[in-house]
Amino acid sequence: MTVSFEITDRPIDRAIGQHLADQASGAFVAFEGRVRNRNDGREVLRLEYEIYRPLAVKEGNRILAEAIQRYSVRRVYGIHRSGLLELGDIAVLIVVSAPYRDEAFEACRYIIDEVKRRLPIWKKEYYADGEAGWVNCQRCSQAGSN
Amino acid sequence: MKQVKIGYFAIYREITGCRQQQLQTAAESPEDLFTELMTIYPGLQRYRQAMVAVNEEMADWGTALADGDEVLFFPPIAGG
Repeated sequence: MTVSFEITDRPIDRAIGQHLADQASGAFVAFEGRVRNRNDGREVLRLEYEIYRPLAVKEGNRILAEAIQRYSVRRVYGIHRSGLLELGDIAVLIVVSAPYRDEAFEACRYIIDEVKRRLPIWKKEYYADGEAGWVNCQRCSQAGSN
Repeated sequence: MKQVKIGYFAIYREITGCRQQQLQTAAESPEDLFTELMTIYPGLQRYRQAMVAVNEEMADWGTALADGDEVLFFPPIAGG
């Protein structure tokens, strides 16, 4: 079993997960989260991720270990980008290999959902109108002012 | 009084103008500490929905703080 979650400042190579393939795994699932040009109706030009690495790596590895335990997959891997990203760049890559496809799809879905929910990562969007903002902080601002 | 090390991220870092600071405080918990910080940095009052970590583990707002503790305040996260 392989468990490894990484944070990187460099562009993510989509081939990086290929080492998880092996002859006991008939299923290989990879999810790429990419920078999209719109969010909440606004045109996005680029993104910035700020990450607290010590806890992000620790929590990321916990999530990968949970996936192995829950879904009987053989090997899992995750990597999240930090810093400035352009449209189309890979922000996060999750890779799972397993004997069969059901477990591979389910484990991959579990990992990306938990990564988004639990890792200390913040996203700043830069918009076409010149403004910029931290995602999810508009809502917390409104709630805090009530 | 105790000395704590405080870490700020994302919008908190922009409001306070720093990534970390040392503070002498009487705060007994992260909740007390955040209340004190809102008087130092009034901009924080608009962004109260934080999570907190003490000594690199996620913690409750009522966790007892000790001298030398590191307290990290996380605004709402948005990975992926």
